[in-house]
Amino acid sequence: MSAEKSAVSPMSPGSSQMNSGSRQMNPGSRQMNMIQAIHSAHDVMLGRDPSVVVLGQDVGYFGGVFRCTDGLQEKYGEHRVIDAPIAEGGIIGVAIGLGVNGLRPVAEIQFADYIYPGFDQVVSELARLRYRSAGEFFSPVTIRTPCGGGIRGGQTHSQSPEAIFTHISGVKTVMVSNPYDAKGLLISAIESDDPVVFFEPKRIYNGPFDGDPDKPAVSWAAHPKGQVPEGYYTVPLGKAEVVEQGSDLTIITYGTIVHVAQAAARRAGVSAEIIDVRTLMPLDVETLRESVCKTGRCLVAHEATRFCGYGAELVATVQKECFWHLEAPISRVTGWDTPYPHAFEWQYFPVQQRLIDGIKKVMETP
Amino acid sequence: MSQQPYLHIPRPTARPGDKPDFSYLKLSPAGEVDRPATDARAADIEHLALKLVRVLDDDHLAKGPWDPGLDTETLVKALRWMVLNRAYDERMQRMQRQGKVTFYIQSLGEEAVSIGAGLAFEDGDMLFPAYRNQGLYLMRGTGLVEMMCQCLSNSRDMCKGRQMPIFYQNSKKNLFTISGNLATQYPQAVGWAMGAAIKGERHIAASWVGDGSTAEADFHYALTFAAVYNAPVILNVTNNQWAISTFQGFAGGERRPFAARGLGLGIPGIRVDGNDLLAVYAVTRWAATRARAGDGPTLIELVTYRGGAHSTSDDPSRYRPKDEWKAFPLGDPVERLKQHLARLGHWSDEQHKALEEEMKALVAEAWKEAISYGSLTDPPFLDVSLMFEDVFAEMPDYLVAQRDKLLAMQRQQG
Repeated sequence: MSAEKSAVSPMSPGSSQMNSGSRQMNPGSRQMNMIQAIHSAHDVMLGRDPSVVVLGQDVGYFGGVFRCTDGLQEKYGEHRVIDAPIAEGGIIGVAIGLGVNGLRPVAEIQFADYIYPGFDQVVSELARLRYRSAGEFFSPVTIRTPCGGGIRGGQTHSQSPEAIFTHISGVKTVMVSNPYDAKGLLISAIESDDPVVFFEPKRIYNGPFDGDPDKPAVSWAAHPKGQVPEGYYTVPLGKAEVVEQGSDLTIITYGTIVHVAQAAARRAGVSAEIIDVRTLMPLDVETLRESVCKTGRCLVAHEATRFCGYGAELVATVQKECFWHLEAPISRVTGWDTPYPHAFEWQYFPVQQRLIDGIKKVMETP
Repeated sequence: MSQQPYLHIPRPTARPGDKPDFSYLKLSPAGEVDRPATDARAADIEHLALKLVRVLDDDHLAKGPWDPGLDTETLVKALRWMVLNRAYDERMQRMQRQGKVTFYIQSLGEEAVSIGAGLAFEDGDMLFPAYRNQGLYLMRGTGLVEMMCQCLSNSRDMCKGRQMPIFYQNSKKNLFTISGNLATQYPQAVGWAMGAAIKGERHIAASWVGDGSTAEADFHYALTFAAVYNAPVILNVTNNQWAISTFQGFAGGERRPFAARGLGLGIPGIRVDGNDLLAVYAVTRWAATRARAGDGPTLIELVTYRGGAHSTSDDPSRYRPKDEWKAFPLGDPVERLKQHLARLGHWSDEQHKALEEEMKALVAEAWKEAISYGSLTDPPFLDVSLMFEDVFAEMPDYLVAQRDKLLAMQRQQG
């Protein structure tokens, strides 16, 4: 039954535009939050490509604990959107096998904090299939996982483990910061023949967050990136985005901190060029180089711990590419090098003030 | 039958709007299952994994060889712990709804799993509980105030603000720190038990996972190591039928009982009525005696029902019938023990009502004290430098620098 249901026609709902490959915005845009945008990416891809299958804990009948696959099992069948046992290593291992057999799996790991039982399957298998088999085998798995803090999740629902994935050779790594990119990048990830680990900062699922927990939550409605085409489009992997043009310094960041950096730069009264890295691996070096060579000053910021964090790679890259243009040492603002504490969430999180201090440091140095 | 391979997708017997249907649950009549000697060979008692050990019958009387013959005083004590457990849960659930604590997990309907087992251990035994085993912390002497302060992340929080609510610990009472990661503690319990054997001590270890967590690799590591080294450990599977939205079929429960998971390794499994305190106690005691005598590990499946949501972040009305718990054939553990005591002539409705009031008052009083030690929103707060402690035994220089930087920043902001 489900197999028949899964033989989708290209005109099924959710793929309103079928001019595949087009990066054009479709006319049918609407306001979406990040959950809806991610849902829509699944919907579009399940509709377009019968080889796409989705699996994960609670993703089927229930529609995911964050609702990212709500109603999709009903729409595409139980063989396309599959509830999984609680076994992250099993989910990723099975996804690899599905992929080797010609399917295009999208695996959800319910929280990034719970991805580690699947780590061996990522490091030793998924990342190296193509390499070790000299290209005879590969598996186009996308692993989606909510990450980051700011939701009082304590040390088991707040981590940002992106750097341990970017450190593996052979998986692409993405962290998104808004609904438009989330959908476009997720579609690119699903279409990619390389494995992609796709991080979704859960704090900004429902609205951008500028790092001030005392302010009332805002929705994506007023944010330009909250306008999302209904149908198919892609945002390319491997391309950073300059989200704000500026001349005083460059702030290189990604995920939730993009929004914190924007607010901090405004408060600091500087003209900051803010770069959302978006795809952490492979890194868009050109966009970083161009910006920092122009501004001469650079602040790197992320929510994850500092030591051997992804920021270290950004600093090293900028140092190499822009050394003769730098007017001050590159600075870093990150989470502290401790597990993510429940009670001290807002002392741990790189709030605006910490970014402002970082900006000042970069600006003051002669 | 199918003529070709097909993908089986487990489906629960009832979804929202359907009539609850527990016809899948294989029950044995109370008193029917034999009680072998504790040194029985695993191969001779495999049937225990497939039956259901029950002591309390439909008339609320204790029956058969597993009747542990507990005295009235102990039964009343057990009932008191269960009623306290429920009163504590009810209060904390409500406090979460009022925004006083950020999160909560109640054990509604599963109280006998912790309280029944808890009665069977010795003080020197080490317990590795899961996040729905608060009953073990309560009965082993973790005070209500202490537990509430943990949930509040306040100035008296045993975890110094580092953990979400309900992740208790009590090293003095041999209760390990609860992990939010599933089944991770299962092999650790086996390791602790192996350690006791290495040291020549007679202490045993026990751990708990849910039906869903049996899918994790750690579950299987634990069974393998326990079998290989004949570790003095009791491995419990609390089968409460639901793992958030997925029913126990998604952990393989459709095919064989979870108690049978160890049979292939030669570990005896016992499937027991998890809502029958007498049966839970008797089976745990049997396994503890076996482990202490050097006869090795036991896997116990406790058949129960998750009466509430998975957590305060969950909404079960989206995936299961609202009234499913009421239709659960093994009933409510509190009610069943209460009826048993009443049937023996040692308990009355008035006494029960008084007990509920007593426990409610106890909890209310504890809450009043706990909240006076602060919360995430009201002082006194924990000292923020605690964030940097205990990452290592001694704080390395780079963390000292990070701590000082944060403190300087806070001073600057006043």
